[in-house]
Parts: sequence; C-alpha cells; structure tokens
Amino acid sequence: MNANASLIPKLVALAIVACVPLSGESFYIEIVGKVLVMAIFAMSLDLLVGFTGLVSFGHAAYFGIAAYAVAILSPEYEAASLWYVLPASVGLSALAAFVIGLFVLRTKGIYFIMVTLAFAQMAYFIFHDTPLGGGSDGKYLNNKPSASIFGWEPFDLTNEVHMFYFILAVLVLVYLFLARVLQSPFGRVLVGIKSNEHRMQSLGYLTFRYKLGAFTLAGALGGLAGFLYAVLFGFVTPELLSWHESGNVLLMVILGGMGNLAGAIAGAFAFEAMREIFADITKYWQLLMGGVIVAVVLFLPGGLAGVPGRIKRALQGGEAK
Amino acid sequence: MDFASFLIQTLNSLQYGLLLFLVASGLTLVFGIMGIINLAHGSFYMIGAYLAFVLTSATGSLVLAVVLGIPLALAFGAFLEWALFSHLYKRDHLEQVLLTYGLILIFEQLRSLLVGDDVHGVAIPAFLDASIQLTEVMSYPVYRLAISVVCIVLAVALYYVIQRTRLGMMIRAGNDDRGMVEALGININMIYRVVFALGVALAALAGMLAAPISSVFPNMGSHVLIISFVIVVIGGIGSVWGALVAALIVGFADTFGKVLVPELSGIVVYVVMAVVLLWRPEGILKKG
Repeated sequence: MNANASLIPKLVALAIVACVPLSGESFYIEIVGKVLVMAIFAMSLDLLVGFTGLVSFGHAAYFGIAAYAVAILSPEYEAASLWYVLPASVGLSALAAFVIGLFVLRTKGIYFIMVTLAFAQMAYFIFHDTPLGGGSDGKYLNNKPSASIFGWEPFDLTNEVHMFYFILAVLVLVYLFLARVLQSPFGRVLVGIKSNEHRMQSLGYLTFRYKLGAFTLAGALGGLAGFLYAVLFGFVTPELLSWHESGNVLLMVILGGMGNLAGAIAGAFAFEAMREIFADITKYWQLLMGGVIVAVVLFLPGGLAGVPGRIKRALQGGEAK
Repeated sequence: MDFASFLIQTLNSLQYGLLLFLVASGLTLVFGIMGIINLAHGSFYMIGAYLAFVLTSATGSLVLAVVLGIPLALAFGAFLEWALFSHLYKRDHLEQVLLTYGLILIFEQLRSLLVGDDVHGVAIPAFLDASIQLTEVMSYPVYRLAISVVCIVLAVALYYVIQRTRLGMMIRAGNDDRGMVEALGININMIYRVVFALGVALAALAGMLAAPISSVFPNMGSHVLIISFVIVVIGGIGSVWGALVAALIVGFADTFGKVLVPELSGIVVYVVMAVVLLWRPEGILKKG
C-alpha cells in the first residue's frame, strides 16, 4: 500500500474543503455540507458493496431511520442534547440494520438486491403511512440539538459554520475509523468474503456473523449521515428513505470506484456536482443524468476512479509499441 | 364485513393479483433466463399506460389502442434488448442495476417531455362500461371482471407456450443451462430477444389495461416495479408459476390489508415477504 504517497492529495483536498466557510456564503456552506453528509453515507455503503461484496439497494432506510429518529426524539419547543439524540438515533439505525440483516443475509445475489430494496420500502411506508412520521409532508426539527455539557458549550450547531466543521470532523473520523476497521482482522475477513465466501467458510470463519457485523456497522454509519442531514436541514421527509436515494448513493459509490473510501467521497462530490450542473443547463437534467449513467456502465467499467489507470495503460501501451 | 363486500374485495384482489402477474411474469423470466435484474421493468408498465392514453385519444378506442400498442411494445422490447441489454449478460448485477436505473430516469424524463406531467384519465370501452348489481347499494364494474378474464386467458396461453411448444422448450432449456442450449445449435440470443420483448409487451399490456382504473400519472411504474420484485422473491426467481401464486397472495394481502388495517396497508405485503423468506429463502417455488 502506498498510503503515504496518496496522503498529500487527500490533505490538500481536505484543506480546500475546510476553507469553504471562509467564503461567508450560506449557499455554498450548506451545499458543500450536504455533499459531505452524502460522502459519509457513500462510505458507509462502500463498506458493504465495495469491501464485502454485498450489493444493498436499500441503504437509504438507515439514513432515513436516524433522520426521523432525531426529529421524533427532539422535544417540540426546546433543543435536545446532542449527546443523547446522536447515539440514540444512530443506535436505532444500527438496530434496524441488525434485525433486517438477519433476514436479508439469508439470501444472495439478485435476491439480496431485491430483498434489501423491499425492506427499505417497508421502512418508507412505516414513516409515510403511520402517525409516527407525519405523512408525506414529513416532520420538522424545530430546534437543532445542543452540544452543551453541564452548561459548557463547546460548539453551537445552530451556527452554520460550526455545523459545517462538525460535519467535516465526523467525515474525517468516519474515514479514519473505516480505514482502521479494514486493516483489522475483521476487515480482512470481509474482503475475503467478497473474493470468495466459500473459501472463508472452509477456513472456519462463520461468514454470516461477519456479514451481519458489516451490515449493522454500515447501517449505523448510514444513520450517522442521516442524523447530520436532519440536523443540517431541519426537516425530514419520507423521500429520504425512497429507493431513488438508495440508487443515488449506490451511484456515488460506483462513480468513485468501489472498494475505495476516498473514491466514495469523490463519487459523492462528482454526483452532486453533476446534478447541480445538469440542473443549471436544463430542467430536463434527469435525461442527461440517465444518459451519463448508461454511458458509464457501457463504456467505463470501474467508474471514474478507473479513468486515470485506463489513460496510463493506454499511454504505456503506446510507448511499448 | 358482509358477504357482498367480501365478494367485491375478493374480486378486486383477484383482478389486482392477476394484473401484477402480467408484470411480474416478464420480470421473473428475464431474471431466470438471462440473469438480468431489470429496474426499468416498471417503466414498461408506465409506458404501456401512456401508450393507452395517447393511442386512445388518437383512435377513440382502448381496444384499438391495445391492438396497436402491443406490436409497438414488442418492437420496443426487441430494440432495447439489441441496443442495451445484450451487452449486460456477462456483467455483474451491480452494473445491471445501474444501467437500468439510468434508463428509468431517461424514460420518465422523455415521458415528461412528450406527454407532460399531468394526470390523465382513459375512457373505459363503451361495451364494458357497465356494472353488475350485487345488492341494492353495491355493484361491481364489468371492466374489472374483463381485466381478470384477459389476464387468465393470457396466463393459460403463457402456460401453453412455455410447456407445450418448441419455443417454450427452448426457453426452459435456456433457463437451466445456457451452454448446453448453445451446444445443441439453438440460437440462444434469439431466445433472449424473444423473451425480453415478450416481457416488455406483458408489462406494457398490464399498464394499458390498468390505465382506465388507476388513471395515468408520472412515476406510476415505480410502485408496480417494487411490488413485482416482492412477487418474484416470494415466487422464486425464474418460476412463472411461482409468480402467479405469489401475485395472487400479494393481491389478496394488499387488498384485504387496505380494508382491515388501513394504517398499515403499505407494510402488509412486505411482512408477507419477510415471513416467506424466513420459511423459504429461495421462494415458494424454486426455479427449474
């Protein structure tokens, strides 16, 4: 691994993003903050899709469950404590992922894709149809959680700049955490399952438990992203759990090249940038987006992350002749 | 619930289940035979419904619209298979998911460009526009009965084609072992094209038949798509008869769920799926 060689561009990128609040433009601070949230979400899915080989098409469920949990757990007229709602909502997403994982991990391949989708739809309808979620209009989070500990307030989430750096700090922590997990024996087993599950079983690993662990962890981190989303925007709707969201985050992972945490972050940036640019050009932006997706699949297996390698190989091939 | 309303709900369940079968049968065949996960299958239902709207407006008759629409859907399916899906057979499921997800965006946007985003109604053909009186206050529309009849006829025809004809034999063989079919000198690519076109036409036909009762609206394909996924999972991938049984189960669960537990109606179907998965992770009827 040439981790050190690729460290510098990552730090430069981090420094550039950290400068965004200096612009003082609320619009940019909020939109980049949203992209960072989606980047955390994409990394959590990459743990499943890129490293464990589990193509989940219902990852938006865990994002949405934690987002709804903040809105529901916060009292209507005062701020909830961050140190209570954050673990509670992330814990609920983890619990949901654990229970759903018990079902969906019994299936493989196409079944797995469809069954994760179906369970996400079930979660969607729970928030859409029952009194819990406030119908298709969703729910408002009137007061952002307060970070105060016994009267001391280290930061203030109602301040947009504080919120931005809070999200950025979480992103860095999630990145470092996942990188560490993937280096651990647990992470090694996950990668082993991706390349050949039968072999891991023959080696004596109870692969179901490892997959369930990965599924729960991915659900928890997806929930963390959902929590940040709800706090950033102050409202939640059932659409956060819709299968379009699951599709979008899958797209981010693929654009970034699967099995690459920094790639997942880049994929989130690329996806949101594409969406903004296409929406600027034409109101029929979906047509362009769909066209790009189809073209990427047909002509660029390996995603955007594979492009430099392809160019390099093409150049080297040219030199060899 | 008295007997008349029970009867009405039973007929509704049958009609809904049979209509879903039309969509799900194509989906399960494409899964089972070609190994392709096709998210755009719901779009074919949507396209069928919009075809019914456009063609009925132009010709003044839903029957004519269906007669014109089916060859169009078949041609469209064959074209898509040739242009896009034939490149996906050797790719992994993830890329299939992506490409077909991109197609949904394209189809919905084209629909918006060509027909607009309004909700449209489609007139029921005059000779079917009647109701059967069950009690003094309750009646049942003839058109819904007609849908059920058409679907049953199609299910029987599908059974005949798959079980009794040479083409069906090749389809079943392709379902089991692609390499062997090719080794026997059968053009498997042609079989794929036929099956895919058939699946598109069945989904489009379901959309055309449903247009007068559900009306025609944007994104109408996505709900049907996901319910069809559930049906395929419950029935077992590749099993047309599993799809029929599962579609009827889903039709009944959804219709009676709406009557008995209205607040949880959206969830009932998924609970049924979870239970079936616990009981049989590979569906009620396994492929083969």
